[in-house]
Amino acid sequence: MTTTLDRPTPALGGFSPKLVRLESRRVLRNRRTLIFTVIVPTVFFLIFGLNGAYANFRYGSGNVSAEVLISMALYGAVLATTSGGAAVSLERAAGWTRTLRVTPLTSAAYVAVKMITSLVLGALAVAVVYVVGALTGEPRMALWVWFVAAIATWLGSLVFSAFGLFIGYLLPSENVMQLIGFALMLFSFGGGLFIPLSQFSPVLRTMAELTPLWGLSQLVHYPLGGGAFRVAWVANVAVWLAVFSLGAAWRFARATERT
Amino acid sequence: MAGIDLAIPAGEVVAYLGPNGAGKTTTIDMILGLSVPSAGTVQVFGLEPRQAVRRGLVSAVMQNGGLLRDFTVGETVELASHLYVWTRPVAQVLERAGIVALADRRVGKCSGGEQQRLRFAMALLPDPALLILDEPTQGMDVEGRRDFWNAIRRDAATGRTILFATHYLEEADAYADRVVVIRKGEVVADGTAAEIKALASGRTVRATLPGDDDNALRALPGTLEVERRGDSVIVRTTDSDAMARYLLTRTDARDLEVAAVGLEEAFLTLTADEVLGP
Repeated sequence: MTTTLDRPTPALGGFSPKLVRLESRRVLRNRRTLIFTVIVPTVFFLIFGLNGAYANFRYGSGNVSAEVLISMALYGAVLATTSGGAAVSLERAAGWTRTLRVTPLTSAAYVAVKMITSLVLGALAVAVVYVVGALTGEPRMALWVWFVAAIATWLGSLVFSAFGLFIGYLLPSENVMQLIGFALMLFSFGGGLFIPLSQFSPVLRTMAELTPLWGLSQLVHYPLGGGAFRVAWVANVAVWLAVFSLGAAWRFARATERT
Repeated sequence: MAGIDLAIPAGEVVAYLGPNGAGKTTTIDMILGLSVPSAGTVQVFGLEPRQAVRRGLVSAVMQNGGLLRDFTVGETVELASHLYVWTRPVAQVLERAGIVALADRRVGKCSGGEQQRLRFAMALLPDPALLILDEPTQGMDVEGRRDFWNAIRRDAATGRTILFATHYLEEADAYADRVVVIRKGEVVADGTAAEIKALASGRTVRATLPGDDDNALRALPGTLEVERRGDSVIVRTTDSDAMARYLLTRTDARDLEVAAVGLEEAFLTLTADEVLGP
């Protein structure tokens, strides 16, 4: 045997940008994923964001159309990152994660690839909604608000990558996609993405403030809406990020421990 | 697992033979670091199994599944190639596995045999010193099996150590330098394919013979195995004539029976629950 036994192990547990590129290409090829994370939020914007009855009403430093634009971009971004994280469920069911365990790739590097890939899809969702919105000419907001809101939405959606991983490691694959679709619909109502929270009853509004999208939604609308900044928004994001990350870490440890 | 103690020299092709549930996959999982023995240790090239895997010293072709349907064959191998510090070129392993023409096909559209050759291509990437194949041709048709083994053969000339689990006797016979038969987590036979075949092509001589002086029987040329059940003694031997002659002329044996053992039957005997002693 000419092969030497003295070989190195890969840096970063086998993580590399090339993996993210291949994974992104695969995910973007999936028509269903694209419809749900990119097309649906864009269509929602075209329906709710261009409604002549209120689209041009004032909202903070811009108009309601801009407010709806930010909401729908956030909706698309969290759908993208959640489903990107939850994909671990499908990949475990297919035995792919077991195959990867017989390679140098570490489980942590695998999760990193999943999270970054979900951010790529999230970026696409935000970009398409914003570009379509800009082309309609309806949303009114300052140039810096377009960019700050977009980047905040994109980075904030990483919280839901952790949510997706948690659910993906928690549940069998058959139920995961239906469940996250339903959960995100509820969270979106709680975050006021579909109906303004001002139209909720006081009790419902208090309950909404405890849901996972509420804080993030308030934060990404803040550059446009202005007004008083509330620490509760940050607290909401921090608590839910902690819950999802710890949950994902707990289930992840379960899934990868060797018995 | 009861106790498997095997030392495998480099460059040997070893078949690991046993019925379902004999502990083949359990052993392989331990060698690959997918599971940890409840007692004892596993070392591969003097390393903890996971460390050997991370260095690309060991790779495996696992049983069904383990692939993503929406990657193409080429993308799957390319992705795997990025996981290692060093690999053979993707084009080269595709060629070795005989799947160059399939590179652009989605994995979900490949047959079971084609998917198996894809797993083989992935396993070849790190140029492993030890290649493990877990029931590599299970569920394949005859042609698929032949293609798969041809691909393995093209590659085996490099002096790589290959350990394959199978429950097809003829596969073990055709492709292995050495055959290890296990049953309930224990090695029940270990030898060259020819030796195992001799075992399989022998005959059994059965007689009623009170007493327990079985060592004399063991000492006869051709005796493979002597087993006692109460007053009965069962001898597996390659020279049944000599054994029968000895029993009838030199002992008090009676009720003598001589029976031929077929290949499958011998294998079943080797791996059956109650027949073999330690």
